[in-house]
Amino acid sequence: MLGLSGYEISLITSMGIAVIFALSLNLITGFCGQISLGHAAFYGIGAYSSAMLTKAGMPLAMGMIGAVVLAGAIGIVVGFASLRVRHDFLAITTMGVGFLFLGVMRQWDFVGGEMGVSGIPGSGLGKPGFMILVLGLVVVTVLFSLHLKRSWMGFSFDAIADDEDTARVIGLDVSRYKLAAFAMGTALAGLAGALYAHNVRFIDPESFGFVESITVLAMVVIGGIGSVFGVIFAAAVLSVLPLWIQFIDEYKLLLYGGLLFAMMRFSPGGLAGIAQKLSSRKAVKVPGGGSA
Amino acid sequence: MSKLLEVSNLRVQFGGVVAIDDVSFSLAAGEILGFIGPNGAGKTTMMRAVTGVVTPTTGSIRLKGEELIGHTIHQRVRRGLGFSQQLVKPFRNMTVLENVALAAGAHHTASPVSALFRIRREDQKDRAKDLLEQVGISDAAEADPSNLPLGYLKRLEVARALALDPELLILDEPLAGLNHAEAHTLADMVLDLNKAGQSIILIEHNLGEVMRICSRLVVQDNGHKIADGDPETVMSDAKVRTAYLGEVVDDAAA
Repeated sequence: MLGLSGYEISLITSMGIAVIFALSLNLITGFCGQISLGHAAFYGIGAYSSAMLTKAGMPLAMGMIGAVVLAGAIGIVVGFASLRVRHDFLAITTMGVGFLFLGVMRQWDFVGGEMGVSGIPGSGLGKPGFMILVLGLVVVTVLFSLHLKRSWMGFSFDAIADDEDTARVIGLDVSRYKLAAFAMGTALAGLAGALYAHNVRFIDPESFGFVESITVLAMVVIGGIGSVFGVIFAAAVLSVLPLWIQFIDEYKLLLYGGLLFAMMRFSPGGLAGIAQKLSSRKAVKVPGGGSA
Repeated sequence: MSKLLEVSNLRVQFGGVVAIDDVSFSLAAGEILGFIGPNGAGKTTMMRAVTGVVTPTTGSIRLKGEELIGHTIHQRVRRGLGFSQQLVKPFRNMTVLENVALAAGAHHTASPVSALFRIRREDQKDRAKDLLEQVGISDAAEADPSNLPLGYLKRLEVARALALDPELLILDEPLAGLNHAEAHTLADMVLDLNKAGQSIILIEHNLGEVMRICSRLVVQDNGHKIADGDPETVMSDAKVRTAYLGEVVDDAAA
């Protein structure tokens, strides 16, 4: 179908899921400036929710809605817990949430413990149909991200990301905005998790570990924190590289770690920052450009 | 006369240190009040209590008769306070104009949900342009605040506070760090704002400008209020002179 091989279809599907997952973290870390080192937990909550619901006989749509609602609800709870901590303490708190999720899933027999959940129902749409569903959801997610960035909510997030104390001084209810970011970002991660579960049809706790959390953070940072198109590009490329070239899969952590380090050192704005610099250098000489 | 702000018997204590001891003062609508005192007098602590950064041990702070203690900073802002901070804190990820426009859109940002469904910023940007014009920095509207000199950033702070349409504008050392001419111009602007009906509390070290533009002074020293009245009377008060000049200059000792 569409002139694509089955292999290409599965690559595109994985890429689409990675893009949704990365954009979900971009809402929290990119737009609102709140670091999260445990985002894979919400991906996992979505995957487990949809897997269990559909295995219990619910239709796919119900599984996905359940995943979104449950991940978003737990995201709000974690968001509440995170309101009192900032920066490095928030990083440690969210990392703790990630490990807590793993610990619970490993011990909980209802969801298969260490063995995970197998025999997850497929989408029933066939591989090409599922790819189209994923791509449709990618489009919706991208449009939502772009809208959010242009809205007054995005404007307020900019202020909170830069300096939350000053954001309060101009009347922003910083806590509610942060909770909104957590709710939207974790709900969207839940959606990505549900798609992942129905794509691979087998999940275990290891699929949602610390490495996954770092991987998605690497996608956001490498693409450019807060840049929708930068993150889409980084997520698309970084998600298929290991699938495409087996050699890279073995060195995945090395590659991501190296890129993450290089970006933070040389271009904290990520690929989007590099692109912006190049285009503005072409257009006009930047006043005071070149300064740190 | 109805009081806009009424601070009564306020006491702020940090552990064993009493930073503000039983201070009361008030401000009538339309007034411009200079709040002064030597270094370490507790002026900034007083303002932090009003803004909500510091929680007083006892006492009350009422704006239009409504108690502010117990409300968070953003709630106090929504009730009509506007602050310009001593240390300039522009949002560095947006332009000067956007800094002011965001504050001007306060009714759009009252709730995250309604903020999500609003996009148009033109009206707020127009208002921001007017305010930048008013404080005299409209030439820097599209500039990145990180590249601007302090004189501009101080005025940006004032413009951003004004964008909130505050009932009471609190300016914490807006003239500090400015040269003589800049300070004079900004003080004139503050006076113009007051003449246009804006109620203002000015916390300031620059006594010359304070004396020139304020109709009333409150002097605080060591956490106590030591004087309250029109500038000439207050500055000729022996206690105020002692506080500012150090030890009592006793004629007999000379």
